Amino acid sequence: MSLTIPPHKLQLNEHGQLKHFLTTENLSTEILTEILDTAESFSSVGQQAVKKVPLLRGKTVVNLFFEASTRTRTTFELAAKRLSADVLNINISASATSKGESLMDMLWNLEAMDSDMFIVRHQDSGAPHFIASQVCPHVAIINAGDGRHAHPTQAMLDMYTIRKHKGDFRNLKVAIIGDITHSRVARSQVHALNGLQVGEVRVIGPKTLIPHDMEHLGAKVFYNMEQGLKDVDVVIMLRLQKERMNSALLPSEHEFYRLYGLTTEKLAFAKPDAIVMHPGPINRGVEIETAVADGPQSVILKQVNYGISVRMAVLSMAMSGQSTEITTSESINGEHGA
Amino acid sequence: MTLPTVDSLINNMSSDLQNLLDQRAINQPAMVGIHTGGAWVAKALHQQLALDQALGLLDITFYRDDFTQKGLHPSVKTSDLPFATDGQHIILVDDAISSGRTIRAALNELFDYGRPASVILVTLIDVLGRDLPIQPDIIGEQLDLAPQQRVKLNGPDNMHLTITHVN
Repeated sequence: MSLTIPPHKLQLNEHGQLKHFLTTENLSTEILTEILDTAESFSSVGQQAVKKVPLLRGKTVVNLFFEASTRTRTTFELAAKRLSADVLNINISASATSKGESLMDMLWNLEAMDSDMFIVRHQDSGAPHFIASQVCPHVAIINAGDGRHAHPTQAMLDMYTIRKHKGDFRNLKVAIIGDITHSRVARSQVHALNGLQVGEVRVIGPKTLIPHDMEHLGAKVFYNMEQGLKDVDVVIMLRLQKERMNSALLPSEHEFYRLYGLTTEKLAFAKPDAIVMHPGPINRGVEIETAVADGPQSVILKQVNYGISVRMAVLSMAMSGQSTEITTSESINGEHGA
Repeated sequence: MTLPTVDSLINNMSSDLQNLLDQRAINQPAMVGIHTGGAWVAKALHQQLALDQALGLLDITFYRDDFTQKGLHPSVKTSDLPFATDGQHIILVDDAISSGRTIRAALNELFDYGRPASVILVTLIDVLGRDLPIQPDIIGEQLDLAPQQRVKLNGPDNMHLTITHVN
């Protein structure tokens, strides 16, 4: 097998269902909507006395995090546990790779332990795709963030948040603000918003931090917050990575905040009922003012909660797509023998 | 095969159910319908019995026993139990029972919400051919179908039954 099958094709089985989740790029409106609908039905599990459903009972899910993460890893872990899967968390820096074992050897070993799913975060773009195509084709691979490429489950929980608070995507204007160039979240959001036929996507930031291909992706580019935020329904702030400050891309933290930091004054340019989102972790006073982050328009903490249901949906759909047989509907309740 | 009208079945079931509730001295039962057909039947029974507790709904998709063979069933609905199940007498309603697997899944889901005082099972149609030792307390009609025959409840408006054939 080679890497010639692109991620958006590799992640679907022959029936067009998800069997990995690598990217939101080129996913159909139907699949994107199915993820959101399935997540909606998982939302009631959190209200049960026993916060578990037996869907992935007996399955082994491995969290493979090559890059630090708290929120994403813990919500994936919680999602897998609420589906009754057994979860292994592998801390890569402390594992055998630092003793000289190659990545491939480690993955083959994990596969030999009959693992059913790997949730992969990696600093290199394309790492989950590589694992899905070359190393472990029969294990469902979920991309939990790869390099600058994609962070599809974050994008889907953002879509879930938008739909929950704003409804139909077709009438909405959504602005994504900050360091677009280095953001895998922004890229996945733009693809998902396009797939869900959003009214308008805008990206706002300094010229040095907006990639040239944004207009090709259907996003309108703004370098000014007042113009960019005018009449938007959804404001998505991105985290400004501190390490970028030391590069030549930005004059200073203070300057960035003055021009692009989301303050109460700048938020007033958006629609009065606009929601404010942020994938976290937030840098207060760097990209967002505390009064906005904790204010009435902020849905930042709700995003974290929604992340569990959305990840439960993606895990169960990918596991479902791995099973070769296809569902055929019969009789009452779509069952053979209700 | 002539099939009974759903309205007449629901009338009979409603009075049978009231008798059973009286017999067991259950005053404040809560009703739960299983998506999709069971929810329609439950809504009709709930109205006839004029129950105080709001109607609950269960989608048993996440509790099915054939996930590894068949995968996730599309178009999953949301379960919603608008009352505490702990210590509650519950009337569980489905449109049909055949193998008993749906009811097994529904009971498992119900118990993940709490520990009911009791569960009464009501089904519109009882198709013979059980795989599991589960029997309804109240039924509308019993049908003896050929292996390739399936009964289907159409609704939610003008609920009526049809027989379909599968290969």
